[in-house]
Amino acid sequence: MAEVSCRKVVKEYDAGVQAVKGIDLDIADHEFVVLVGPSGCGKSTTLRMIAGLEEITTGEIWIDGDVVNDVPPRDRDIAMVFQNYALYPHMSVFDNMAFGLKLRKFPKDEIKRRVDEAARILDIVPLLDRKPRALSGGQRQRVAMGRAIVRNPKVFLFDEPLSNLDAKLRVQMRTEIKKVHQTVRTTTVYVTHDQIEAMTLADRVVVMNHGVIEQVGTPNDLYHHPATRFVAGFIGSPAMNFLPCRVQDGVNGGVAIRLTDSITVPVPPARAERYGKFKGKEMVLGLRPEHLFEYHEQGKPNWTRIDLPVDVVEPMGMETMVHFFVDGAPVCARVDPATHAAPGEMLPLTADLNQMHLMEADTGKVV
Amino acid sequence: MSASATARRVAVAAERKHSLHRQRLWALWGSYIALGVFVFMFLVPPFYTLITSLKSSAEISAQTGSPWLVHHPTLDNFWYLITYPNFQTYYLNSVLVTILVVAVSMVISVLAAFSLSRMGFWGSQTLSTGVFLTYLIPPSLLFIPLFQIIGAIGLINNFWCLVLLYPTLAVPFCTWIMIGYFSSIPKELDEAALIDGAGYLQILWRIFIPVAMPGIIAATIFAFTVSWGAFLYPLAYLYTSNQMVLTVGIISDLIRGDVFQWGKIMAACLLASLPPIVIYAFLMDYYVAGLTAGATKG
Repeated sequence: MAEVSCRKVVKEYDAGVQAVKGIDLDIADHEFVVLVGPSGCGKSTTLRMIAGLEEITTGEIWIDGDVVNDVPPRDRDIAMVFQNYALYPHMSVFDNMAFGLKLRKFPKDEIKRRVDEAARILDIVPLLDRKPRALSGGQRQRVAMGRAIVRNPKVFLFDEPLSNLDAKLRVQMRTEIKKVHQTVRTTTVYVTHDQIEAMTLADRVVVMNHGVIEQVGTPNDLYHHPATRFVAGFIGSPAMNFLPCRVQDGVNGGVAIRLTDSITVPVPPARAERYGKFKGKEMVLGLRPEHLFEYHEQGKPNWTRIDLPVDVVEPMGMETMVHFFVDGAPVCARVDPATHAAPGEMLPLTADLNQMHLMEADTGKVV
Repeated sequence: MSASATARRVAVAAERKHSLHRQRLWALWGSYIALGVFVFMFLVPPFYTLITSLKSSAEISAQTGSPWLVHHPTLDNFWYLITYPNFQTYYLNSVLVTILVVAVSMVISVLAAFSLSRMGFWGSQTLSTGVFLTYLIPPSLLFIPLFQIIGAIGLINNFWCLVLLYPTLAVPFCTWIMIGYFSSIPKELDEAALIDGAGYLQILWRIFIPVAMPGIIAATIFAFTVSWGAFLYPLAYLYTSNQMVLTVGIISDLIRGDVFQWGKIMAACLLASLPPIVIYAFLMDYYVAGLTAGATKG
C-alpha cells in the first residue's frame, strides 16, 4: 500500500502538444481515486505516467515516498488492468496470473497459494486451466484483475477496464471491483470516461479536461458543489441544464434571474446575497433535471410556474425525461412516470431553485 | 395495403432471392473454372516429372507411344541417385546450408522485427521501409559485386559462402513478415509484461515468439524456400562436387555435354522436392495464417 503524488506533472509530445498541463494530485494510502473526463482530457496519459509507460516531460511522480520518474514500470511495484484485458493468449489463466510472480522468482508453492487465493476472491477457480480465448469478456476482466491482485502491489492502476463489456456486465463488474478494493484495500487509481462508474466507485473523483484538473472531490461534492460549468455538466446523468440568464432586481428588494423576456424567476432569499453582487451581468443558470418538476407534483405556493411546450418524452420506467426548449436552449426535466406530457402540448413546470447553480458566462466558474 | 400489392411485393422479393442465388451460382462456377485452369497448369509439370522419373533411358529415348504414360515403370533412377555418393553430398550440403540459413535468418529477422515494431526508436519507421526495399533489389544485380566480396574473404567454392549470402535474400522479407505480425499484437500485451516485471528479451521470448508462432513459421518456410531453391549464387560461386548443393549439383552431374539423363534428372528433382513438400504439407495452415497477418499489418 502506498501514497501516490503528482507534482506539476506535464506531458508534452513531439509536436509540442501538451496532453497533461502541470497537474498536482495527492492520493492517500488505501484510497480509490477515479480520473474521469472526456476523450483526450489527459486522464489515461496521467495513469500511464504513474505506471511508467509514458515518460514525464516535467514534474515529479511519487509512489510510497520515492520519486519514480526514472524508475522502470517493473520496479514501481504497481499492477495495471487494461481496457482490452491484455491477457497472454498462449498461457492458461493460472499462468497468466502467475507470470509476474514467476518473473520475480517466487517459490512455486507461494505462487500457487497466491493465485488460488486471488482466484477464490474473484470466483474464477474453475477457470484456472482454461486459455483466455475460452473465457467470456467478464471472465477475462476478472483474470486481468487476478493478475494484478496476486502481485500484492503498492498501487492498482485501472485503465477503463469496463469499457469493453456490455452494459449489464459492466454494472456487475463495477460492484466486483468495489468489493475487491474493500477486501484488499490497495491504493487504486482508476481511469474512466463514464461518470457513473466514477461516482459509484470512487472515494474521490478527479475531473480532468484539456490536460488540467477541473476539480477533485468526493462524488457527492462534485455532484452538489461543482466548481465549474464543465464539472457541473459532466457529472450527473442526464446532464445539468444550462440556461443563459441575467441577474437583476427582484420584487421586494430581492434578486431575480431573467431567463427570457417572458420568464423571470426569483432567487431564494438564502442565495440572494451571494448572487446579488452579479446584478446586471450575463450569467448561466445551471439546474439539474431532477430539480425541475411538473407543477402539480412538487409545486409549493411560492414556486414560480412556467408553461413550456414539450419537445420529446422519454419514458424510462421509474422516471420519465421530458425535453423542452427555452429560448433555443435545450432543457430536460425528470418527471413522474405517470405524467401525461405529450409532444407539442404545454406542460406546467416549476423548479427547486434552492438547488440552482449560477456560473459566470465567460469563465464558467460557479459562483 | 391491398392484397394484390402484398402479392406483388412477395413476388418481387422471391425474384430478387432467386436472382441472388443465380449470381452466387455463377460466381461459384467461375471460381471453379479459374481454379481448375491454375491447378492444371501447376500440376502438369510435376506429373510429367514423376512419369519421366519412372522410365528407363531406353523408354525415354524410344519416342514411341504417349510420353504421358509409363509402359515399363522402374525405380532404377531413384536407386542410382540414392546410392550415388555425389548426390548424397549435394543433399547433405543443401540440408546443412538450409538449416544454418534458416536459423541465422530467423534469429536476425525476429530480433530486427521486434526492435523495429516495438521499441519505437528514432528512425525505426524509415529503417523498416529500408529493410523491405533491400528485398526489391534482384540477386542477379548483386552476384558480381558479391563475387568480389566472397573472393576477398576466401570463400569462393566453399558452401559456407551460401550461409553468408542467402540471409541477405531471406532476412528482409522475413523481417517484413515479422514486423507485420508483431505489429498485430496489441501494445497492451508488452505493457502488461513490462509491468509484470519482464525485460524486453523476456517479452520477446516468453510473449511475442509464442504468440507470433504462425508468423514465425511463415517466415521460416520462406527462408527455407529461398535457401533450398536458390540457383544463381551456387552456380556462380561453387564449382567442385564436394561443395555443391542440390540445385547446381543435379545439372552439373546429370547433364554431360549434350547428354541429358532425363530420367535421373527428373528423379533428382522429385527427391529434391521432398523436403519442401513435407514441410509445406505440415505447416500449410500456419503458413496461410502467417501471410494473412503480414498482409493486413505493417
